[in-house]
Amino acid sequence: MPEIKVTPLGAGQDVGRSCILVSIGGKNIMLDCGMHMGYNDDRRFPDFSYITQNGRLTEFLDCVIISHFHLDHCGALPYMSEMVGYDGPIYMTHPTKAICPILLEDFRKITVDKKGETNFFTSQMIKDCMKKVIPLNLHQTVQVDDELEIKAYYAGHVLGAAMVHIKVGSESVVYTGDYNMTPDRHLGAAWIDKCRPDILISESTYATTIRDSKRCRERDFLKKVHETIERGGKVLIPVFALGRAQELCILLETFWERMNLKAPIYFSTGLTEKANHYYKLFITWTNQKIRKTFVQRNMFEFKHIKAFDRSYADNPGPMVVFATPGMLHAGQSLQIFKKWAGNEKNMVIMPGYCVQGTIGHKILNGQRKLEMEGRATLDVKLQVEYMSFSAHADAKGIMQLIRMAEPRNMLLVHGEAAKMEFLKGKIEQEFNINCYMPANGETETVTTNPSVPVDISLNLLKREMALGGPLPDTKKPRTMHGTLIMKENSLRLVSPEQALKELGLNEHQLRFTCRVQLQDPHSDSDTLHRIYTHLKSVLKGYTIQHLPDSTVMVESIVIKLSSSAEDPNTKVLLLSWSYQVIDLSYSQLLLNIRKKLTCSR
Amino acid sequence: MAAHLKKRVYEEFSKVVQIPHEEVPAKKLRLSKPSKSAALHVDLCKATNSTDALQYLLQFARKPVEAESVEGVVRILLEHYYKETDNSVRLKIASLLGLLSKTQGFSPDCIVDDVISTLNNEKSHQVLVQLLDTLLVIGTQLPENPAVRQRLIEVACKHLSDTYFGVRIKCLQLLGCLGTVDAPLTKDNEGQGMSTGGVRDVQNVISDYFGDQDPRVRTAAIKAMLQLHERGMKIHQIIYDQACRLLSDDYEQVRSAAVQMVWVLSQLYPESIVPIPSSNEEIRLVDDSFGKISHMVSDGSWMVRVQAAKTLGSMLQVSPHFLEQTLDKKLMSDLRRKRTAHERAKELYTSGEFSSGRKWADDAPKEKVDTNAVNLIASGACGAFVHGLEDEMYEVRIAAVEALCLLARSSPSFAEKCLDFLVDMFNDEIEEVRLQSIHVLREISTHITLREDQLDTVLAVLEDSSRDIREALHELLCYTNVSTKECIQLALLELLKNLNKYPTDRNSVWKCLKFLGSRHPTLVLPLVPELLSTHPYFDTPEPDMDDPAYIAVLVLVFNAAKSCPTMPALFSDHTFRHYAYLRDSLSHLVPPLRLPGRKPLYGLDSVDSGGGSGSVEAAHLFLQQSLNRVSTVQNLEAPGAQDLLDFTIRDLQRLGQLQPELAGAADFSATYLRCQLLLMKALQEKLWNMAVPLCLKQNATATAAARQILEETYKLEFLYSGLESRQVATIHHVRLQAKALQLVLTARTRRGLEPLIGSCEKFLQDVESFQRLFLTELPHLQDSFVEKLLELMPRLSSCKPAELVKILQTTLRQSGLLQLRLPEQIHRATATIIEPTGESDNPLRFTSGLVVALDLDATLEHVQDPQNTVKVQLLYPDGQSHVIQPRPGDFRKPGPHRHRLITQVYLSHTAWTEPCQVEVRLLLAYSSSSSSSSSSSSKAGWSDSTDSLPPPEAAIEGTIPFSKSVKVFIMPKPARR
Repeated sequence: MPEIKVTPLGAGQDVGRSCILVSIGGKNIMLDCGMHMGYNDDRRFPDFSYITQNGRLTEFLDCVIISHFHLDHCGALPYMSEMVGYDGPIYMTHPTKAICPILLEDFRKITVDKKGETNFFTSQMIKDCMKKVIPLNLHQTVQVDDELEIKAYYAGHVLGAAMVHIKVGSESVVYTGDYNMTPDRHLGAAWIDKCRPDILISESTYATTIRDSKRCRERDFLKKVHETIERGGKVLIPVFALGRAQELCILLETFWERMNLKAPIYFSTGLTEKANHYYKLFITWTNQKIRKTFVQRNMFEFKHIKAFDRSYADNPGPMVVFATPGMLHAGQSLQIFKKWAGNEKNMVIMPGYCVQGTIGHKILNGQRKLEMEGRATLDVKLQVEYMSFSAHADAKGIMQLIRMAEPRNMLLVHGEAAKMEFLKGKIEQEFNINCYMPANGETETVTTNPSVPVDISLNLLKREMALGGPLPDTKKPRTMHGTLIMKENSLRLVSPEQALKELGLNEHQLRFTCRVQLQDPHSDSDTLHRIYTHLKSVLKGYTIQHLPDSTVMVESIVIKLSSSAEDPNTKVLLLSWSYQVIDLSYSQLLLNIRKKLTCSR
Repeated sequence: MAAHLKKRVYEEFSKVVQIPHEEVPAKKLRLSKPSKSAALHVDLCKATNSTDALQYLLQFARKPVEAESVEGVVRILLEHYYKETDNSVRLKIASLLGLLSKTQGFSPDCIVDDVISTLNNEKSHQVLVQLLDTLLVIGTQLPENPAVRQRLIEVACKHLSDTYFGVRIKCLQLLGCLGTVDAPLTKDNEGQGMSTGGVRDVQNVISDYFGDQDPRVRTAAIKAMLQLHERGMKIHQIIYDQACRLLSDDYEQVRSAAVQMVWVLSQLYPESIVPIPSSNEEIRLVDDSFGKISHMVSDGSWMVRVQAAKTLGSMLQVSPHFLEQTLDKKLMSDLRRKRTAHERAKELYTSGEFSSGRKWADDAPKEKVDTNAVNLIASGACGAFVHGLEDEMYEVRIAAVEALCLLARSSPSFAEKCLDFLVDMFNDEIEEVRLQSIHVLREISTHITLREDQLDTVLAVLEDSSRDIREALHELLCYTNVSTKECIQLALLELLKNLNKYPTDRNSVWKCLKFLGSRHPTLVLPLVPELLSTHPYFDTPEPDMDDPAYIAVLVLVFNAAKSCPTMPALFSDHTFRHYAYLRDSLSHLVPPLRLPGRKPLYGLDSVDSGGGSGSVEAAHLFLQQSLNRVSTVQNLEAPGAQDLLDFTIRDLQRLGQLQPELAGAADFSATYLRCQLLLMKALQEKLWNMAVPLCLKQNATATAAARQILEETYKLEFLYSGLESRQVATIHHVRLQAKALQLVLTARTRRGLEPLIGSCEKFLQDVESFQRLFLTELPHLQDSFVEKLLELMPRLSSCKPAELVKILQTTLRQSGLLQLRLPEQIHRATATIIEPTGESDNPLRFTSGLVVALDLDATLEHVQDPQNTVKVQLLYPDGQSHVIQPRPGDFRKPGPHRHRLITQVYLSHTAWTEPCQVEVRLLLAYSSSSSSSSSSSSKAGWSDSTDSLPPPEAAIEGTIPFSKSVKVFIMPKPARR
């Protein structure tokens, strides 16, 4: 039986460093090539030596597919392609291709320039790596080689995030990357058609969460911001430059517009400006509202949101500031936080996840006194709020996707083991399909039962159609006669005559014969005639002929009579039929004749 | 040559049209019949190749064919059809046959046989499709012919097994449109190997195709079944299972149709019991289907989602617990009710396994959970609306909101539950959705009481910059019930904030507070000292009476005081004074109060307060009596008749002022009577006995009276809604009398016969058209002017003008007063310009030659089709006037019979030296041809002919001013160079 093998090199029962190897129909594909945010040593990148100990990866991999631009999905790409060595195709969507190098470059700068690491990829390597990228469009089927084809679907996680459908022959795998089933302010919901893959590899970040309605969270967020502004307080929102930041910007921008608010909103400059530029360009990847209104006004051309300058933090009066990075561990957001922390009128809103050890994590856990470097302490008086705006599918969303795609097997990655366990149980219970959750380095093997396509000659098909009943039952299986020819990797179903002709063979006839001894005093011709009349009376509905060469034909069964030389009363009856005759069973015929003749004696 | 000939025929034809109506058909027939078929025949014979033939056929299709010549044309077409080898030409002919059989007055049963026989010989699938389509047209044209119908059904069944999907689709359509339940079918071409069911009915045959391999055919099969349902046939319940299976079809159009099918079945058999698969429970069919359709709200295709969401709204029989599931994400996050008694329950839920994403780290691993208790894809309706309301496409969201509305209106407990969700929708990104959800909340607000936190979220929207949203919200607040006095305070506070931010909302905010006060008197009572800032022993400064915010507070308090007699005791002195002032200036907002030690200000109050239904009835009786009294006046010259009319008119006008419910009827009758009075006066003048030259002056008054009557009749006809044709006839009758009067007067003053002849003819035409229009009403016009005229008609049309005038004069004087019968509801169209107010002393300055936009805000009551009829008129001081047609989008409809016009009027002028006033008013445009359009409604044939008949009488168009004019100061300044 053919098999599909899936081996996570990263993201198996873990979040971060997504990298999954899939072998399907003799092809090896790498899905995502990310890095781990939590490590600074070798564990940061996937262990490519699993594929080959030394030498380049090109001959072992048929292609690499990147689902979206987050570093935990693409961070190890230049390392793999340039430093380990890979020259094959890399696939990603257009927005990912555009934004990915910006993030990689930023990442490189921080590691090399700030932390002073050596033996890291260079700018030139990022450029070389991006040259190997082949862009994908949504719903476009791309032929990687003769047998392997891939197709991207909208995933709604960040701009340009995609799910990929990988197909070899009739076997297929869907990899979701990160996805979101509830639309937000700037992106739509993930969607896939009923492609019924053999395996659906899905992320499971929120395997045990069912989130409250989006609207409710947004309303809370806006209300909190609004109240603080009305009080004259300042709001700090630490964000990462891409993704949620844009969503929150649009949210605040439209709210300001609707409510006619005047307080300034600032956005820390740098990375974001470049990124916003790409958001403006890739309007087709956003949600319905932005797509429909961009002719009048591109939603990413913000009216109320201005670039931030260091000096603005001391300005009096209310303001809202988006600052990077998102976990308050360094940079501008931390500086502003230090300035504003002392005033209880101010507020900080953490819109996403914070890693343990960061200031964000500390204040969220209720710590009110922070130790800064240099033994200084900081009293946190401002309000701290947490709002989850991360765009992953929750448990219900994952279930919804499974229902949409109808996979035969399920495989969970990108989540915590304990949570996965729960979801796994749910999936097996609800859908009655197998669900796997391999750890890093573990290989899951799934046997598939692919359907084998066979070419059939049109004439044969038409002939068989004419024999069958009327059309409404076309969905029911129907038996047909034909010859299967397997020749040079192709399968064909043809009619027997044509098969004979093609193979240059003659048709052989197979006949069965049988002798029956009878005791009958009549002459040969009389006996034969009696048999004939008897059969005629018994077997109604069959054509029975008495041929001149003293044989009787019942359909295609031939009955001959001969008497032995020594005993004229002993007659030998010869029956001969071809193997096709089924319905008129010969034994029945024999029985009939014998009974008749014995009783007529 | 043929083409040329045809052209000439049409030239002739177009001339014929000018001849009076009755003669047209005969002549038209005689001319066109031979030419039509002949021309076509010649054309087709001339065609050398298929392209030519196709061209001729296309040309032919552009012209109409008369009923009588259709058959000939059909024969020619069929004849050519048999000879034609090209598929496309045959296809065109087949489609032409279908078009031709739609011709009015042609009975297509004679061509059924021909079409069926061609069908049997046809090989091309496309042409087959077209022929079946033709049969479908023929079948629908002949609904009364069972024989033809039966034949067509047989044909359809025979071709159902065709290999081409199009043919199968058409056959299914045929079955859907023509099939009957009572006539069982035999499917004769059942396959040999298959068990023949023998007699089967249409539904059975159609449902076989639910499993067809082609999705288009599956869709067509479901549609055919729905068509059967629409034609009143009861669909069998067996179909239900099949339809449910189709809900998970791979193709969206199939799923969409299947949703409809399931819905239809759920309406047909709501109470029958169906088993739940994989368990041995059973539920009602309507619940089962509700669950299944709810599932479709999270379908992959948004078309299906819209369809499903819409459908849910109309399933009112569903059981309450199923209904409430739609708002439930099961036990994972019932987190909506913050700060309520449900807090504890909420904590219980969160301690389970699901995090809400609202609190940090609340999804940290906890103790082992009972996984069996959690159902992720709950069977049934779970969370359908939660999904629908969060959908990406706003079409789905709107559909979901509407469905919520329909369901909530029929179930108070559901209304209570969906409140939070609707309130959430106030924050949608699309304004349309926000607006819709506010409207929905208003509609269901009778069932609900808002809690403080909900009110808080609702009120947050008051700051929205969109005027529509704010006004919708005010409207909503008018109808809501709140539970505590804090809510009232909160609402008042937010409304005042709103007033401060958007001063233009003044009226709407006041109105809102009026209702808020009168709905919650007991909640307002404890707030009064605070609101009026009174103090037990200090005198507080008197607030400024011009402050809109203070007025708003007073409106709230006074309306609450109306049903709370203890409240006035808390008022301070100046409050009473302010009450008196406001009662006068804003009487629509401030109710009459019984204040201690004060007499009612004027009599009107007692009428109002003693009001209620009794007074309306009394007023109605009074109206009826006045009209009856007038109807006794038979002879117009009777002494005292004029006085009686005078008094009655006065009475009616006053009645209209006192009873707003009857204002329309009273005004209508008063105007009518005034017309009669004017007519009477004009006729009573002594001038009729005097010699012409002596009475020029009196003549002038009579002429003026005639003109005025004419104007009034137009007002009567177009300003009032709810008129029946009886009243219209009466109005037209008065108009006819006025015209007669005019004619008589012209005859007396003018010399010369020529103009007189013309006007006589015109008058006779008017009489004729009156007769034509009101044929059914004539019996009611006993003993009237018109009846007498019609009696004399033969004589009138032949006699000389002078004689005619004489006859008219006598009939006019002899004819009695036509009694007015009032219909149930008459409403007068009114318009009030809210903005500009006309109070401002600051002129609007702008550079002359350029335009300035003037904001106009007006409410229109009882105006039908305001988009076309209402216009804005600008009158400049130099006598110039402009009429501006507002854009259709500027009209909103806040309530029944009520419209709101919010638009900008652009004005411009050359430079003035002084600021001057420009008058703005609204006009109601009318055209009399629209009321008498019944004659021109019969449109001929299947292709629109360009030469239509001109309207029989010249359309009379005009405008009626129906609002008070408002003066606006403007000051165009010369442009600076």
